[in-house]
Amino acid sequence: MQPSDLLKPMPEGLYCPPGDFFIDPAVPVHSALITHGHSDHARSGHHSVLATAETLDIMALRYGDGFAARRQAAKLGSPIDINGVKVTFLPAGHVLGSAQIVVEKNGMRIVASGDYKRMADATCLPFEPVRCDVFITEATFGLPVFRHPDDHEEIRRLMHSLRQFPDRTHLVGAYALGKAQRVISLLRQNGYDRTIYIHGALEKLSSYYQAHGIALGTLFPATLETGNKDDFAGEIIVCPPSAFSDRWARRFSEPMACFASGWMQIRQRAKQRGVELPLILSDHSDWDALTQTILETEASEVWVTHGREEALVRWCELNQIAAQPLHLVGFEEEAE
Amino acid sequence: MKAFSELIDRLVLTPARNGKLALLTDYFAQTPDPDRGYALAALTEGLDIPAVKPALLRALALERIDEVLFAYSYDYVGDLAETISLIWPDTGRTEEDGSLSLSAFVETLSATSKLDAPKVFASLLDQLDPSERYAAIKLVTGGLRIGVSARLTRQALANLGGKDIIELEELWHGLEMPYRDLFAWLENKADKPQNNALALFRPVMLANAVQTGDLDGLDPDDYRLEWKWDGIRVQVSSEGGVRKLYSRSGDDISGAFLDLLDAVDFEAVIDGELLVGRPGEYVGTFNELQQRLNRKTVSQKLQKQYPAFVRCYDLLMLDGTDTRSLPLTERRKRLETLIQTLDTERFDLSPQLDFDDWAQVDDMRKQPEHPVIEGVMLKHKDSPYIPGRKKGPWFKWKRDPHTIDAVLMYAQRGHGKRSSYYSDYTFGVWQDSEGRRELVPVGKAYFGFSDAELKLIDKYVRENTVDRFGPVRAVTATTEKGLVFEVAFEGIARSKRHKSGVAMRFPRISRLRWDKPANEADTLETLESMIETAPVD
Repeated sequence: MQPSDLLKPMPEGLYCPPGDFFIDPAVPVHSALITHGHSDHARSGHHSVLATAETLDIMALRYGDGFAARRQAAKLGSPIDINGVKVTFLPAGHVLGSAQIVVEKNGMRIVASGDYKRMADATCLPFEPVRCDVFITEATFGLPVFRHPDDHEEIRRLMHSLRQFPDRTHLVGAYALGKAQRVISLLRQNGYDRTIYIHGALEKLSSYYQAHGIALGTLFPATLETGNKDDFAGEIIVCPPSAFSDRWARRFSEPMACFASGWMQIRQRAKQRGVELPLILSDHSDWDALTQTILETEASEVWVTHGREEALVRWCELNQIAAQPLHLVGFEEEAE
Repeated sequence: MKAFSELIDRLVLTPARNGKLALLTDYFAQTPDPDRGYALAALTEGLDIPAVKPALLRALALERIDEVLFAYSYDYVGDLAETISLIWPDTGRTEEDGSLSLSAFVETLSATSKLDAPKVFASLLDQLDPSERYAAIKLVTGGLRIGVSARLTRQALANLGGKDIIELEELWHGLEMPYRDLFAWLENKADKPQNNALALFRPVMLANAVQTGDLDGLDPDDYRLEWKWDGIRVQVSSEGGVRKLYSRSGDDISGAFLDLLDAVDFEAVIDGELLVGRPGEYVGTFNELQQRLNRKTVSQKLQKQYPAFVRCYDLLMLDGTDTRSLPLTERRKRLETLIQTLDTERFDLSPQLDFDDWAQVDDMRKQPEHPVIEGVMLKHKDSPYIPGRKKGPWFKWKRDPHTIDAVLMYAQRGHGKRSSYYSDYTFGVWQDSEGRRELVPVGKAYFGFSDAELKLIDKYVRENTVDRFGPVRAVTATTEKGLVFEVAFEGIARSKRHKSGVAMRFPRISRLRWDKPANEADTLETLESMIETAPVD
């Protein structure tokens, strides 16, 4: 059996012919396995969806209950048989509910890791490396210039800025699912116990995280029903990254644009977006984590998808590991 | 090194002056000697360490990483210093080792020969984290380029110690890295450092712009009138064989004006306007003067093409005596005598002009007799030379700016509190080419309008967007529809760097012309006809 007999790229996404299912397809299909709830992986309109219970809940929060006709919750670590193909979900460490999908048949094991990170994160379960024949890796930050610094250190930079600029409203741009809650959790872990204000787009997901026992402390909507502009001076407001260029941002006193993203490693990116305080916080793997993970899986073949495929393929060649880019469509570079 | 690298990373992204000052002041307050002293030297371009060329840096990096991976990375990042700082392998530095301090970095490099510098620099990079490596590379490749002037840095020091910046500027050029005595004084731990250096900078006396009613009740007889020449304010300082040329903020610009300093054979401190040309024959425009500014050294060719001279208007020291407390008329008398002994190709006297009343002065400043004059100066005859900008003794009264009507073409989001507004505008004027009317961009402006007007423009931009490029929006700008700005500016010159072939000085939005049809905005021809050509005197 060739690896491509078990999983192969199709225009719709990664397809398993014997199991007749897709993993994270870009268009509605009959049967989809979903790694996690980010919108470029979890789309609405599939007939049946298999994902972790958290991912199913998150999809329902985002798309409404009718996002799929049939849904099945996958228990982490418990194999499921799909038309003779053994499928196992294991934690990916990316966001709450995120999973790698292990696909096995006739002694061939392929791991579709989805998006993953290796840095500890209190808002989701840690990544579990699995030995496999083929490892399918993301490459969002697949260049040797991406080296994510310690996340607590980055959060302390934010807290330092609050002391340094107590009159300014610190607007922290963070992706609504995962990053926003991780930023808040990190603030709490570092002793920040004031109320944190959140943009409306973050409310449902943050409540869902809290319902799962993730301590986010007191959160308030960032609205101005009673007070005036100065009410938010010196406070932290977490919002989607697009919000600080919206008119929404005008309600705050002297806003300081802070952006929590792996892209903030590149100064020009921060500059272009008018970010004053870049926080290098990523839910993806940096270069060192990507290459370390490939070695840990002991895969003899690596498939590289969404991101800087070419550099990671080059690294594999230099390390005598067979590698190829998958060229799957539909993944957003900026969705971080 | 951590605190310093964090400081420069933040400064480069902080647009507001007060924000920069807060970052600088906090850094100086929280960083121990001698690190902060070296940082101060680096920020004021006074740090002298062996340089490492970019090509060599690249070679050092390629000894450590696959060249294909390096090429992919550099292509993505776009900046060599940043690429190398990020891609440089971490060689197992542990937390216990602590970070290399800025002073250890500077002292190690300073004690290294030019030949060994690359190898030593590489070993220093091994001891730093990515952000620190970036700062280190910037230090050895020259020029931090973080939008912080030496003057702003001195202002931060003044804020730190609760001192007047004038006191700091007076002290500045006699001090040496790492400035321990300066910091001790700023923190009230020691007396003010004694300054025995020669040819120091004396902080300059500044004028206030004439506002409506300012001159009412003032006696014209008490004031002396001079043209306000459009050069740069300088101070020629010569004491005991040491000769210096300072800008008005106290930056030492001697290196770029050795031709001028060669002609200094007196013991005095002169305040005047730096111009290019030949006194009595030709005065070059500001654009011509600019060919000689912001350079560390100047070629013989440029010195010949744009000879520099000083049009003198005040005297601060003469033969070891401080003249600043004398009244203007007394200083002027001494200056007039001194001038007669100076090289006439390099120094002349700013003439005092006759006038009867303020109305006549108003006419004169509106219609200067020479294109390189930007207005007039009024100085009280008894005024001592007091550093700073005290209101009353000295006034400046500029001619009215030029204006044109231009059409808004692109708008970019601003920074800081303006980050949700489209507040930076590119505007254009009409050009007829092959029978078609097209707008050519001629300048950018981001002030001159009120907050209320900003809201209106922002709304217009959002409602009339035709294209987007990152933070920039292209707005409707056709002969049928477009927003016309009246743009005021100080001067216009030919420029090869701009597509339109012209560059404005100090453009700002002076009025919103909602009423004016876009098609009636000005043409490039009109702009070209405004280009200053300085005629022979």
